[in-house]
Amino acid sequence: MRNVSIIGYGCTKFGEHWNKSFRQLIAEAGIEAILSAGIEGKDIEALYGGSMASGRFIGQEHIGALIADQLGLNPIPATRVENACASGGTALRSGYMAIKSGEYDMVAVGGVEKMTDVGVEQAAIALGGAGDQETELFHGASFPALYALMARAHMDKYGTTEEQLAAVSVKNHHNATLNPKAQFQREITIETVMNSGYIATPLKLLDCSPITDGAAAVILCESEKAKKLCEQPIEIIASEQTSDTLSLAARESLTETKAAKIAANRAFERAKLKPKDIDFAEVHDCFSIAEILAIEAIGFCEQGQGGKFTEQGNTALDGQIPVNVSGGLKAKGHPVGATGIAQAVEACLQLQGKAEKRQVKDAKIGLAHNVGGSGATCTLHMFKALEGKN
Amino acid sequence: MDGALPLIWRKFGERYDLDGNKCGTCGTAYFPARAVCPKCRRKGTLVAQKMPKKGKIVTFTELFAGPAGFEHETPYFIAIIELDNKARLLSQVVDSEKEKVKVGARVEKVFRKISDIDPEGPIAYGYKFKVVG
Repeated sequence: MRNVSIIGYGCTKFGEHWNKSFRQLIAEAGIEAILSAGIEGKDIEALYGGSMASGRFIGQEHIGALIADQLGLNPIPATRVENACASGGTALRSGYMAIKSGEYDMVAVGGVEKMTDVGVEQAAIALGGAGDQETELFHGASFPALYALMARAHMDKYGTTEEQLAAVSVKNHHNATLNPKAQFQREITIETVMNSGYIATPLKLLDCSPITDGAAAVILCESEKAKKLCEQPIEIIASEQTSDTLSLAARESLTETKAAKIAANRAFERAKLKPKDIDFAEVHDCFSIAEILAIEAIGFCEQGQGGKFTEQGNTALDGQIPVNVSGGLKAKGHPVGATGIAQAVEACLQLQGKAEKRQVKDAKIGLAHNVGGSGATCTLHMFKALEGKN
Repeated sequence: MDGALPLIWRKFGERYDLDGNKCGTCGTAYFPARAVCPKCRRKGTLVAQKMPKKGKIVTFTELFAGPAGFEHETPYFIAIIELDNKARLLSQVVDSEKEKVKVGARVEKVFRKISDIDPEGPIAYGYKFKVVG
C-alpha cells in the first residue's frame, strides 16, 4: 500500500497585499515549499492548484499552467482545482490521489486567492458563486445570510446563544496574536463582537471571516521515498471528500453539516482513530457558527453542544481539543483557494513542533476540515509525523 | 446573474407559479423541479406539480448588508420556508410586521419584483412570502 506524506511547505503572510499580485503570492509560497523540501524543480512530476474565483477576482483563468510557469516547472501537467472555499482541500486530495494511484511519486499542491484587487461588493459577488445562484443568490441571499439561517436554526433547536458564537471569534483572534502570518493581530472581547453590528441576524461583523490575499503550498511525496528525503515527513493518514446539495433549503438538516459528518466518520474509520485521539484541529470557521457546526460534525462534542463546549474553553489552545490554533479563517484570514492548503501547513508546523508560541503540547495527530460554500463540499484530512532520515 | 432575458424567461414557471415536481415512487415533492429523484434515482417517477402557496418559516435572518442590487431594500428578511407539501425554498419575507417574522410563522406566496441589476435590462419578477394571520 502506497502512502503519501508532506515533505515541504510554504505559506505567505495572510492579509491585504497591495504590492503583490496573484502570481507573486503563489510563487512565494511555492518556492518556499520547494526549498523547505530540499528538492529541485525537476523532481516534481505534477501540480494541482486550488483557486476559487481567480476569474472574478483578477480576470485570470487557466491558472494551473500559470502557477507551473511561475515556479519554472513547465512542462509538467498542471491542473486547476475548484470547489469554492474547499478548492485548497480538494487540490490537496487531488495530489494525494495522484501519488496514491502510483502515477507519480512527487507532486506540488498550491492554493491561492488574490481578493483585494476588486472592491468589497465585487468580492461578495465572486464569493456568492459558491452558493446556488438560481435559488439563493437571485433572491438576495448573501453568504453571511446563508450561515445566519443555520445559526438561527441552531439557536432555535439547541439554545445556542449569540455570546457562544462570539466566543469562537474571541478565541480565534487570541490564537492569531500568536501567529505572525495571521491577518489580524489583536485581541477582541465578547463585548466587541456583540457590539460589532449585525450583518445578517444573528451574525455580526466579527462573526465573519475577512477578505484576504494569500497563498500556501505543500510538496507531496510517496511515504517510503519521503522517509529517505526528509527528517520528519508528515503523513496524510486520511483524506476524504464529500458533497451535498448546493442549495441550503434542499438539505436534510439546517443544524448539522451532513457532508462533514460523513467525511469525518469515513476518515476516523480509515485512520482507525476516534475524535479523542485528535490533538488539534484546523476547521473551516468562515463564520463563527461554522466552527460550532464543524466541531459537532467531527464529534469533538455532542450534537448541539458546540456553543457551550466553546464557551467553556474546551477548544482553546490549552483546552481539551485545541481548534484553529492558527487563528482560523476568522483571524488568520481566508484567501479562499489557499485556506485548505494553509490548514495543512499549520498541521505540519504543529506536528514538527515548530509552531512557536501557539505550539500544542505533545501534538501527534492533526485534523483539517475544509468546507465549500454553505457545506456542499467538505474535505477532511488527518496528519501524523513519521520518522525520517537522521 | 447578468439579467439576460432568456435566463429570466426560462424561469417564469418556477418563479411565477412555483412549478416543481413530485416523485410518484417515494412521494417527495421537489422545488425547483429535479431531473432525477435523488432518493429513488432510476426507480423514481417524477411528474410535474405546482407547489402549494402556503407554508411556514423554518429559519430566517434580517440582512443589514445586502448584496449588489439589493442595497435599496436593506434591511430585509430572508427565510427558508417549508411549504405545506414539505418542499423547502429560500425566499424574501416582505409586507410583514417585524415581530411576526419568526420561526414557525405561517406565510403565503406573493408576486413581487426581485431585481433589476442592469438598469437597461429586463426586470426579474418572482415569489416572495408574507406572514399571514
